Amino acid sequence: MLKILKYGFFDLMRSRWSYIYFLFYLSLGFILLFLNQDVGKAVITLLNIILILTPLIGTLFGVMYYYNSREFTELLLAQPIKRSNIFLGQYLGIALSLSLSLVLGLGIPFLAYGIFQSSEIFNFFILILIGAMLTFIFVALAFNIALIFEDKIKGFGFAILTWLFFAVIYDGIFLILLLVFDDYPLDKFALFTTVFNPIDLSRILILLKLDISALLGYTGAVFQNFFGTNFGMFSSITVLSFWIVLPVTFIIYKSKRKDF
Amino acid sequence: MIHKKIFIPLILFISFTQIFGQIVVKKSDKNSSIQEAINSAAPGDTLFVEQGVYYEFDISITKPLTLIGLNYPVIDGEEKGNIIQVASDSVTISGFKLINVGASYTKEYSAIHTFNVSNFTIENNIFENPYYAIHIEKSKRGIIRKNIIHGNAKVESSSGNGIHLWHSARVEIIDNKIEQMRDGIYLEFVKHSTVKGNESRKNIRYGLHFMFSNNNTYDNNVFENNGAGVAVMFSKNIFMRNNTFKLNWGTASYGLLLKEIYDANIIDNIFEKNTIGISAEGSNRVTYEGNNFISNGWAIRFLGACYGNKLHQNNFLNNAFDISYSGRLNGNLFDKNYWSEYTGYDLNHDGIGDIPYRPIKLFSYIVNRTPESIILLRSLFIDIINFSEKVSPVFTPDNLKDFHPLMKPVK
Repeated sequence: MLKILKYGFFDLMRSRWSYIYFLFYLSLGFILLFLNQDVGKAVITLLNIILILTPLIGTLFGVMYYYNSREFTELLLAQPIKRSNIFLGQYLGIALSLSLSLVLGLGIPFLAYGIFQSSEIFNFFILILIGAMLTFIFVALAFNIALIFEDKIKGFGFAILTWLFFAVIYDGIFLILLLVFDDYPLDKFALFTTVFNPIDLSRILILLKLDISALLGYTGAVFQNFFGTNFGMFSSITVLSFWIVLPVTFIIYKSKRKDF
Repeated sequence: MIHKKIFIPLILFISFTQIFGQIVVKKSDKNSSIQEAINSAAPGDTLFVEQGVYYEFDISITKPLTLIGLNYPVIDGEEKGNIIQVASDSVTISGFKLINVGASYTKEYSAIHTFNVSNFTIENNIFENPYYAIHIEKSKRGIIRKNIIHGNAKVESSSGNGIHLWHSARVEIIDNKIEQMRDGIYLEFVKHSTVKGNESRKNIRYGLHFMFSNNNTYDNNVFENNGAGVAVMFSKNIFMRNNTFKLNWGTASYGLLLKEIYDANIIDNIFEKNTIGISAEGSNRVTYEGNNFISNGWAIRFLGACYGNKLHQNNFLNNAFDISYSGRLNGNLFDKNYWSEYTGYDLNHDGIGDIPYRPIKLFSYIVNRTPESIILLRSLFIDIINFSEKVSPVFTPDNLKDFHPLMKPVK
């Protein structure tokens, strides 16, 4: 498995797209900090970008990589290697290389601007950690989609739809529910619903760490009591981990039964 | 003035030294007591109190006197009651350090208490750990100046206010510094008074709190880091200028709460980093001019029943929401403000944007209806619906616009 991981990882590291992705984050980090010396504000701006971009890139890259390396995968399948090893290796290869681009691309500019002297260091780490986790989650989802759909076009379409669902549509449905049922106490419901969307979960986790939390008013108090504490922090990271573990398990399950 | 000198240790001397008109209280002897000196003084005398610690409470001043502390003599009330009771007109108290006023759940014990007097002056005093520091009741024409009040209030129910005025008129409250009380400055039924140059910080409830107090002026004050900011209610003809409302940040905090305020002018103030800059309810004919709203959660939140307010020449910079509004326009006018989120253009370069600005985002309208939806703050979906609402407004009040948004901030 390690060999396949290594192969996938280095294959991607050599590819143009990883460099572009890396350079994008690098320049983004430098431009943000150049325009705005305040590291705290830069972290908030980054939040928006990371929450939208890492899932999107993760999904698209995942699907693309799977379809592109399909012939190589078939070649590997002919060898005496466990199926789970092949797919896990490929998955980890791509997720790791994307996360590395993210961590290095944002880490370098923020290091250069002295994140270690700033009080925002903790928030920044959480942000990077969540970015990496979102990458892992959405690459796994993408692999699942690619495994299910033989047809490339269908796969791509469905992958984009998945991203759209979590990034936009989910919030839309959530908002409609809130508006329709606004005669009922909804804070517990809201708390519960966020768990089912990794993007929302990450967003709220970071928002509450930043001092926007006061804006949330009395609704925020419920969230603050949950997410603001170490227990909440721990449990939301755990939930995010579940979001990685479940799709990965499904990759293994699906790949074992799939007829190539 | 006739000069009079009395050394308290030698009380027998008093009658002999009356001609000097000046009394010196010294701590060198056990018998020295400020109360005794006051009793022996004649109306219009000046008492000099020398350095030292005086353990006294309920010192009662019943004739016009001037009390001056030399090098801040300490009067320790030992938590027994009021420290100084002023019951006469024309009393001046200056240069004392008053500590340890007794806390009480039934009486408003204070370091200096005046009742039914006029022409009083309280200046350059230091108050430490007072229950109430200065408590003015039914008094007129006074000056409260350059006092430093430092409390250690922890909960609202067991703490008092810094400067507390009740049923008074023509009092000037100038250049005081107040920290960690319940309310920094509290006015109730106070008329024609001035609150100027004060700094009120870290109070657990309000930095400034007034009710039923008409025709007052508030300028150049700083209200910072107070539990719930500044609350002003049920008053007419208020003038607020050059004040700073800052860092009132918390789930139930605001810079300035206006409730039932009529005919007020709020001019050239700074509102920075408050959860809500101004929260207005039932406030009519208020003019907001030249204010800076910087990095607040909500810059101004209009709740119900606000009629005929005018907002012009204000700067709205980087607030999460500029305006939150419910109900109809009700003759409120937004004109010639600078909005940092304005994205229009100015073809003829007259400094005024060519497209009107709508300060209410759809999201702010939704949050008003369903507070829980604030949880979607900074979500991509919200950005999208805000944008579409901006392009073609459906929900937000159609006529709530700034027709002449400025291209550059007002200086």
